Order: sequence, then C-alpha cells, then structure tokens
Amino acid sequence: MELLGYYNYWVFAIVLMVGFYAVIAKANLIKKLIGLSIFQSAVFLMYITMDKVEGGTAPIIQAGVTDQIYSNPLPQVLILTAIVVGVSTTALGLAIVVRIHETYGTIEEDEIMDMD
Amino acid sequence: MDLSQHLVAFQVIVPLLSAPLALLLRPRGLAWAATTAAAALSFAISLAILQQVLSGQEIYYEMGSWAAPYGIALAVDAFSGLMTIIVSGAALAALLVARQSVDKQIEAERQPLFYSAWLLVMAGLLGIVVSADAFNIFVFMEISSLASYILIAGGPDRWALPAVFKYLIMGTIGATFYLIGVGLIYMMTGTLNLADMADRVSQVTELKPILVAAGFITVGMALKAAVFPLHVWLPNAYTYAPHAVTVFLAACGTKVALYVLLRFDFVVFQPNLAGHEIQFGYFLMPLALLAILIASGVAVFENNLKRLLAYSSVAQIGYILLGASFVNMAGMSAGIMHFFNHALAKGTLFIAVAALAMRMPGLNLSELAGAGRRMPVTMGVFVVGALSLIGVPGTAGFTSKWLLISASLAQGTVGVALVVAILVSSLLAVIYIWRVIEAAYFSGPADSEQAVQEAPLQILIVAVTAAAANIYFGLNASLPLTLAEQSASALLVTAP
Repeated sequence: MELLGYYNYWVFAIVLMVGFYAVIAKANLIKKLIGLSIFQSAVFLMYITMDKVEGGTAPIIQAGVTDQIYSNPLPQVLILTAIVVGVSTTALGLAIVVRIHETYGTIEEDEIMDMD
Repeated sequence: MDLSQHLVAFQVIVPLLSAPLALLLRPRGLAWAATTAAAALSFAISLAILQQVLSGQEIYYEMGSWAAPYGIALAVDAFSGLMTIIVSGAALAALLVARQSVDKQIEAERQPLFYSAWLLVMAGLLGIVVSADAFNIFVFMEISSLASYILIAGGPDRWALPAVFKYLIMGTIGATFYLIGVGLIYMMTGTLNLADMADRVSQVTELKPILVAAGFITVGMALKAAVFPLHVWLPNAYTYAPHAVTVFLAACGTKVALYVLLRFDFVVFQPNLAGHEIQFGYFLMPLALLAILIASGVAVFENNLKRLLAYSSVAQIGYILLGASFVNMAGMSAGIMHFFNHALAKGTLFIAVAALAMRMPGLNLSELAGAGRRMPVTMGVFVVGALSLIGVPGTAGFTSKWLLISASLAQGTVGVALVVAILVSSLLAVIYIWRVIEAAYFSGPADSEQAVQEAPLQILIVAVTAAAANIYFGLNASLPLTLAEQSASALLVTAP
C-alpha cells in the first residue's frame, strides 16, 4: 500500500526516464527535443505533487474561515517559472533544428555527422 | 538614499536592462558601444563591491526589502566577489576585442540581436554569483544558458549548429537535474534560501532525499561545468562560436557552474550529510585526474587551434576540481585561485586567437604558418598566455599550480601520484603549445616574402594588457590569493 501511496513519484521517475531515453537513443533531432520536453515535464509533476497538503484546498483567504487547510502555493509558482524556461528552451531548440535543416537538408544526427 | 547599498542589485540590473536597449540601437556600432558601456559599468560596480568585501563588509541585500526566507536575497562574500570580477572583466575584455572581430563574422543587421544576447549572458552569470536563493540561481542559469546558445549559434561555420544543439541538450539536462535537486531539498525543508536551507536540513530526520538531491545537483552542475567525462559539448561549442564569444565563455562560462557546485556542496550538504567530504573527494578526484591526463593528451593531437585550447580548458577544470576534492584549506584555495588564473591565461590566449583570425587564412595549425613573423605582437601575447597556461614561474598560472602541487604533496602517498599526474599534464601542455609555436615561427614562407600585418590596434591593446595582467598577477598574487583564501575558509567552515 505504501508503494502505491507514492504513485505520483513513481510516475515522475518513469516519465523522467522515458524522456531521458528518447534524448539519448533517438537520432532525429525533433524526437530528441520531444524527449527533452518529456524529461522536463516529469520535474513539473514532482513539484506539483509536493505542494499537495492532505485535505488542503486552494490557498484563498476568506473572511470568517480560520481553520481551513491550504495547499502550498509556492511550488506551483516555482514550476510556472520552470515551465516558461522549458518552453523557451524548446522554442530555441526548434529554431536551431530549422536552421540545421536549412543548411544540412536533414535532421538525422547520423546523416549530419556523415556530412562533416 | 545611499547608492552604495544598492550596488549589488545594480550588478545584475545594469546588463539586464541594457539588453533590450542594445536591441533597439540599429545604427552601425551603436549596439556595440552601448554593450561595452554597460559592461564597463558592471566591471566598475564589481570593483566597488570587491572593495567593500575586502574591507571585511558582509554584503547582504534583500530585494524589495522583503526579509528572507520569504524575500529573495542577494549575498556577496569573497568567493562571489572574485567571480563577479572574473565575469564582468572577461565580458569587458571580450567586448573590446569584439568590435572588429564580430564585424567580420556576423552581418551588421544581426549585430544588435547578438549584443543583446551577450548582455543577457552577462546578466545571467552575474545573477548566479550574487544570488543567495537556490531557485533564483536556476532562473539566472537558464537566462545565461539560453542566451549563450544564441551567441554560439552565431558562429559563421555551419558546424556551429550541431555543436550548439548538443550543448542545448546537455545544458538543459544539467539544469533540470539541478531543478530536481532543489525540489527535493525544498520538499524536506520548505525553503529556497541557501543559508536557511543549511540550517533547516540539520533538523530533517530522513536524510535520504537530501542525499539524492546532493547527487542530482553535483552531477547537474558537473554537466554544465564540463567536468570530464561530461565535457563532450564543450570542444565543438568553443571551436565554432564567434571568436569574441569564445574569449568570453572560455574565461568564465564553466567556472560559474563550478562555483554553484562548490557553494551548494559546501554550504548546504557538507554540514548536514555525514561523510559528505569523503564522497565528494572520492567522486571528483578520479574525474579530475582523468580530465587532467586525457584532455591534455587529446589536445596534443588536435589540429585546430581553438579546439586544442578548448581541450586544454577541460584539463584546467580538472585542476580546479582536483584542488577542491582534497576538501582542505590548501587544496580549496589552490582550486579557487585557479579560477582566476585560468580565466586570465585562457582569456589571453583566446584574445590572441581572435587577433590571429583577423589576418590569417584559418585557425588550423597548418594555416598558421608564418604567423610569428606576420603578427609578432599577437604571437608574443599568445606565448605569454601559453607560458601562464603551462605554469612557468613569473606568470599567473605558476602561482596556482604551485599551490596545487604543495597541497597534493600534503596528501601523502596518493599525493605523490597526483603530483606526477600534474607534471605529466604540464609536459603535455608544453607539447601542444610547442606545436602552435612551431607552426607560427618555424614554418611557412621565408622572411623576405612576409610583410608585417598586425591585427587592428584596438585588439592589440587589449591583448597586450591581458598579457601584462598575466605577468603582473604572476609577480604579485596577493589580491587573488587573499580572495581565494577567504573563500576557501568560508566554504570549509564546517568541514573537518
């Protein structure tokens, strides 16, 4: 039961490794970037999981309610920043892939290596 | 309002706000001028901050007056003071070289974009070294990394593109590892402020997540710092980047990641994890040794001058780590001293390379034939930088290598083997530098056919100043030595 209780963290670890595998094993540069995005998404999941407080609700202060339990909003804010970073990284990576395609005519890593 | 209190914030704000400004300055040369002015101002600010640090003042600045742990704090001690000098100094020197060098390599209409990215790299790197907040360090790290991918991709060769793609992938993995580590620590402590983290980890009973975080952060930063064998992105990235960018990044890029690694490992983990110093030493010492020997060995067989120097950088990172892996005063101060001296030596060498590239047909050793007669001043500067890299007495490189060798000898039997490795690597450095010297001075057409054709005056002045700095700090090492010793003792407060 305890193992199942860590369900989110198991998913985090598995998704992390799926992304990592794609980055390492795929020769196609777009697939590598997809892998990188999956890899980063796993970390988002970890941050979002850890802010959950059992029985907690959205952290909005209401008049008259004093004994409410709130979830921790900080990790969500942090990961919002990290998501923005992830999006920029993917965008820049795709821009580089476009230019690689323009100059080399291919986006397969092995074919690019053969050309140089 | 006393402005000097806010200097540390301006250290980051000046380059950050100049970046969009540089983007708007379309007329030729203006973007460069604005960028250089911002870098000069940054350098002046870092000198003023260093002055405050040297007078024993602790600089602690709360952004928007929100007190830590809720607010975001900036803190500068001797170590970060040293790093701000290295980063802003390297940026300024590289920019002074950049005007003509970049004119030759990057089309005029893209230059404002290029300089804007340059300022973002500066803002990011300076932000990392003055920040006292783990998550802020991550954000600044990504600002500087994303902008430096853009700078490197500006290189004129098409090989720059696959090189930068590889750097992007590996850099992002490194940063994500760091993010995982910070997340695990936050999960256990609920704080992001480094000093506060160190305090609260000591109250945590279940230390396994902290241990895992230590692993993630150390490996992530080792990736960014190009610690052997995670260095594969570095040689191509340095080789195909525009020459001025190589000057900048080779002098300070990887060192900032090493700074984060040391800061995290010794401020947060060392006081709280039993046996951390042993794990740190046993993990990094073999890697440092391999870097010192293998990267120097590879450099001997390289034919492209920039790639040869890039491999030499991997070896030099090994020296820094070797010093740190002793986890004692002597080793750590030798390593931190080498931050400064290697930045000086490698900066000088790459400035000379940028100057050579202005006049010579290419940077392969065969294409450098006769460079010694054609560009005597530039090659003179190169030789001084090279002597400093090898560690010849009277140059900056000698002081840190000497400290490193004496720190190794204090390690007993292992130490003797380490000294042998350092000497072998220095001999290899003599060989690869000699190959450059041989190509430049002893081959090529006869004297009579060669007219002296030096690099532009502006580049020459920077180059000669850099070479002079190598000799000055070789003869009078008290400033970097004081800073290195202060940093080392601050890092090692809790080490046995």
